[in-house]
Amino acid sequence: MSDWFSEPANWVFLVLALVIAVSAVRVVTSTNVVHSALFLVLALGATAGLFLLLSAEFVAWVLVLVYIGAVIVLFLFGIMITRAPTGPNVEMDHRPRAPAAMAAFLMFIVTAGSGLTAFGDQEITRLGDGTSTELIGEQLLQRFVIPFEVVSFVLLAALIGGITLARRDASPAEEEATEEEVQA
Amino acid sequence: MDGWDVAIVIVKVLVVFALLLAATILLVWIERKVVADMQNRIGPERAGPWGILQTLADGLKLLFKEQIRPNKVEVGMYLLAPVLTLLPAFLIFMVIPIGVPFTVTLGGVERVVSMQGTDLNVGLLYILAMSSLAVYAVVLAGWSSGSKYPLLGGVRATAQAISYEAAMGLALVPVVFYAGSLSISEIVAAQSGTWGGIVPRWNIVPLFLSFVIFFIAIIAETNRAPFDLVEAEQEIVGGFHTEYSGFRFACFFLAEYINMFNMSAIAATLFLGGWNGPTFGLTGFVSWLLPIIYFFIKTFVLIFIFMWVRATLPRFRYDQLMTLGWKRLIPAALLWLVLSAVVVGWRQFGAPWT
Repeated sequence: MSDWFSEPANWVFLVLALVIAVSAVRVVTSTNVVHSALFLVLALGATAGLFLLLSAEFVAWVLVLVYIGAVIVLFLFGIMITRAPTGPNVEMDHRPRAPAAMAAFLMFIVTAGSGLTAFGDQEITRLGDGTSTELIGEQLLQRFVIPFEVVSFVLLAALIGGITLARRDASPAEEEATEEEVQA
Repeated sequence: MDGWDVAIVIVKVLVVFALLLAATILLVWIERKVVADMQNRIGPERAGPWGILQTLADGLKLLFKEQIRPNKVEVGMYLLAPVLTLLPAFLIFMVIPIGVPFTVTLGGVERVVSMQGTDLNVGLLYILAMSSLAVYAVVLAGWSSGSKYPLLGGVRATAQAISYEAAMGLALVPVVFYAGSLSISEIVAAQSGTWGGIVPRWNIVPLFLSFVIFFIAIIAETNRAPFDLVEAEQEIVGGFHTEYSGFRFACFFLAEYINMFNMSAIAATLFLGGWNGPTFGLTGFVSWLLPIIYFFIKTFVLIFIFMWVRATLPRFRYDQLMTLGWKRLIPAALLWLVLSAVVVGWRQFGAPWT
């Protein structure tokens, strides 16, 4: 244990992990929906920090770019154009907490379990020479090209599904409004 | 990594900080003079020679003004937003090389000092990530003000940032193809030399369309006219900064000009060859100074175009903004991306039938 604490990187990990854990809890417990979104930003930022700690710079900055820079900004946009955005919103607090906690716990078991069984305590080695960007590119488009394409296909299907659901049975005026929302 | 290396890093950070502040002071004055000239006015002329100290006077005035805090604000976010707006503005410039490296002997060891805050091997991605963070300050300022007009400004800012970030990112992908790297210093190095001794090997020559799309997108990203719906004075009373006064307002103002300088510097680095330029066979100190001068000339030419556009074009309507972003720029960027991928692939691997 003293070995673990004498390594400076572990201290950084500890701080980042605490930030992630606390802000992830605050995302669901916060009664103000904008605060929830901002705690999510904090959690994602600390996750990017974890990737930097693993010297996976590419993944870290893509995480910042895509999730913090686009996805959460979209969340904020959605929050601001749909509901009264200031002040605490008590309706967000749902009664049935037990099933949600159960689902979160099971999800944790699955991810932690699969991570542990796959890697255990073995040391992770680099896949080859070159920067991490080159390695990721080569792996994605060679060994993992089929899963990669499948994922993009699923995302495309979800996108089309979302547009179809949002546009169904809309009057011309509503249709126009939805169109603007989808575009934004 | 010894004490001298740490000292070098600290000096670099301070230089970037001072450079950006000095550039802002100069930029505000240049903009007022240029726009005044284009509108047949004189512009500031009282403070210092040609009114060059006008910005300092305005800055000092803002420092001493009362900082009003309305009753309905969300205090934490309201106070955090002006700080958040400055952070990415200062951080972006850290990866931009402004000149050639020089060697210096400190503590008995020869050290190569690059004219760049730090050379990340994913520098371009870092720039995109940082510029995508800039919108948070605007959104949070608008939301936390607890007032109608700032909120509208915040909503507009999110929509605009998301729409034009996509076009900006797509326009930069061909640059990465041509340089074969995401590192800014390597992208600059790939643009050295000339074609046939006359045409410089700058990315703007083969990738002119990328440059145009990128430039339109950065005008939108920096919320400047004709894309200044976010802070339209006539429609939403300045938008997100309506409820800010004194130094907090000055932070937003400062960040806007730093961002304009940053984005021009990025465009000059990625498309106009950065610090590359003829050195006329000179050596020593002059050959080190020339690239820095080239870099600033290119940057200020782009800044002048920014101001020119502002003085020329009226503000877009919201639907025009969305049409331009989603129906013109993104399809054009995608098409151009495929085209340049084919060209680069053809050059690297030969024709598909051979």
